[in-house]
Amino acid sequence: MKTLKDVKIGKKVKVVKLHGEGAIKRRIMDMGLTKGVEIYVRKVAPLGDPIELNLRGYELSLRKEDAEMVEVE
Amino acid sequence: MSIKIALVGNPNSGKTTLFNALTGMNQYVGNWPGVTVEKKEGRLKKNEDVVLVDLPGIYSLSPYTLEEVVARNFLVEERPDVILNIVDGTNLERNLYLTTQLIELGIPVVIAINMMDIVEKNGDKIDIQELSKRIGCKIVVISALKGTGVNEAADIAVEVANSKEPAPVYNYSGVVEHAIAHIEEAAVHHMPEEQQRWYAVKIFERDKNVLEELNLAKEKLEHIEKDILLVENKLDDDAEAIIINERYLYIENILKGCFNKKSLGRLTMSDKIDRIVTNRYLALPIFIVIMFLVYFISIGSIGDWTVGFMNDTLFGEWIIPATETFFTNIGCQGWLVSLISEGIVSGFGAVLGFVPQLMILFLLLSILEDCGYMSRVAFILDRMFRKFGLSGKSFIPMLVATGCGVPGIMASRTIEQDRDRKITIMTTGFIPCGAKTPIIGLVAGALFGGSALVATSAYLLGVTAVVVSGIMLKKTKLFAGDPAPFVMELPQYHAPIYTNILRTTWERGWGFIKRAGSVIVAAGIIIWMLNHLSIDNGIKFITEETGGKSILEILGNAVSVIFRPLGFGDNFEPAVATILGLVAKEEVVGVFGTLSGGNAEMGFNLALNGSRLAGMSFMVFNLLCAPCFAAMGAIRREMNNWKWSAGAIAYMCVFAYAVSLMIYQFGSWFSGNGNLIGTIFASVVAIFMLYMLFRKDKNKIGER
Repeated sequence: MKTLKDVKIGKKVKVVKLHGEGAIKRRIMDMGLTKGVEIYVRKVAPLGDPIELNLRGYELSLRKEDAEMVEVE
Repeated sequence: MSIKIALVGNPNSGKTTLFNALTGMNQYVGNWPGVTVEKKEGRLKKNEDVVLVDLPGIYSLSPYTLEEVVARNFLVEERPDVILNIVDGTNLERNLYLTTQLIELGIPVVIAINMMDIVEKNGDKIDIQELSKRIGCKIVVISALKGTGVNEAADIAVEVANSKEPAPVYNYSGVVEHAIAHIEEAAVHHMPEEQQRWYAVKIFERDKNVLEELNLAKEKLEHIEKDILLVENKLDDDAEAIIINERYLYIENILKGCFNKKSLGRLTMSDKIDRIVTNRYLALPIFIVIMFLVYFISIGSIGDWTVGFMNDTLFGEWIIPATETFFTNIGCQGWLVSLISEGIVSGFGAVLGFVPQLMILFLLLSILEDCGYMSRVAFILDRMFRKFGLSGKSFIPMLVATGCGVPGIMASRTIEQDRDRKITIMTTGFIPCGAKTPIIGLVAGALFGGSALVATSAYLLGVTAVVVSGIMLKKTKLFAGDPAPFVMELPQYHAPIYTNILRTTWERGWGFIKRAGSVIVAAGIIIWMLNHLSIDNGIKFITEETGGKSILEILGNAVSVIFRPLGFGDNFEPAVATILGLVAKEEVVGVFGTLSGGNAEMGFNLALNGSRLAGMSFMVFNLLCAPCFAAMGAIRREMNNWKWSAGAIAYMCVFAYAVSLMIYQFGSWFSGNGNLIGTIFASVVAIFMLYMLFRKDKNKIGER
């Protein structure tokens, strides 16, 4: 399974499914990370985590451990 | 009849600007009952009959974050006449996601699309009329910043409120709609019609707050659960996720054709700034330079001058002597004059002395916050802070705490994760605040020939205490709770809006004065009494003629035993100083001056028998132990729980004791006059701390 954590900087991916449950999953999905949405991985923070994403026309930062819950194509 | 408008929107949508533009000075700032989330209410400038309630900035109405629960409880329980939903035009999809949830509440909704100028500048187009038709709400285009369309939006909101017509709800896909219809039928049929939809969808989502509130019969729940499971199996996802997906799909659909995005893939101004500001190599140096400037201006140069002026000149030379003269002249007795000038006025002085410095600090920080840099700071630092059980957002409280711990602790509010926020509150007090610098100066001057290394080591000690405590605390069972995700929007940069900045600065500064002021004055009076009353032969007032031991001195003598293992328990002054430090840390220095007659440094030297080690141990204890009463009050407020607050303060005291014990005992041992029992105790403490630091993090195994 390929997750958002593995996506290289500067690549665009499509979300397949969200794993996990409860508050964490809800929070990530509320921010627009839902099935089928296109995500552009813009950059990684200077210390290697978190990552910065562009989706639905805005910038979102997400820790790598949370990005692992997002399955991508 | 008065109309109530609820102002709802995403964070960074311009909600505060709109609220200020609509209400001007007619605002009241308070707290939502029982929580530390700020509540703002105001009356419209143009129409005093209309009350505008500013709800916290939220992305959704989920039951998980405090802000969201506060917002939805208000909407569901108080049912305002209309919701004015501010939407950031540059970020339509995510902003309208909240709108879909608002519409479901059955309360009339008016949408105000903000930042249209940027949308147009980007070359994008929104067909407002078509969008309004599809979504079923009136839409007004506004610029909160320039004030255009703002009054029109309020007028339309009032108009819609009077019509009392809720927006039509949209339909989910067939299977989901089927299940929701079942739930409506089975569980919420007795409710007013416009409220049924929201409750039914929430029951479908298994929203724990709603299920608790409704307290449905067991058979009913089981029946409903079957329906939900059916849908979940069919769509291969959980109910909550299904609803979120469908909401976003619905928005994508209605935006097709009425939102034309040309700017796709082009770099915005914000992106260009971020290429430098959050650049892999430049981010940290830029961050350090900015923070150094903030620190230098507010705490260092200008701020330091204002503190000196306020404390030494304004209060020390003018106000306090003037009060003394005034009350003596009008014939007050000596003790009363002393109580007023030393107990009350100098207490006020201790608080007010920091106000200009803090105002400068707040001003600079609100500029950074308003323009969007603060979320970048959290982005840059998160990785580092997370190792100590903190989050990237913990940096701000720590920085503010170098000025004063009270606003520092208050600044921890922006941290969403419960665990991170609690650890931040518990450790922010370790950072040497402005009032602790005189202690550092005293130790350096009295025992180390004024060496600057003392101050450097004090700051290093503070940072180390934060790091060590963070690592130890995050591994304990206390913090084993639900891990929360660190999901943070990086908003577009914009030029700071000066009215917002001035307002925030003022609100924070005033909050500090109110909170710190009341506590310090009360504590000042009590300590003054302890210091001036004697119980030798019944309670009596001590004057220079009568002499005698004050209650404080007796207390100091009793307490000093505790400090023997730390090396400063031979005389009572250090103990008295430590107790007085609880009122305000700068009081510590004064004790050695007044109690030892004259020179503070000399008094300090005598009280510690000239021992450098004992002096160091004393300084460390006073820097790390329980903060002043004002900061303890702030801890109590932010923890919002007596047990946690008491635990936090107890932790600080125990930690301070442990560190001082190790410093003094190991130090004595190395210099050849160690005490066997003391060294053994210190070793046990050291081994325990090392164990706590390096043991396996059990909480981590449970994580996901």
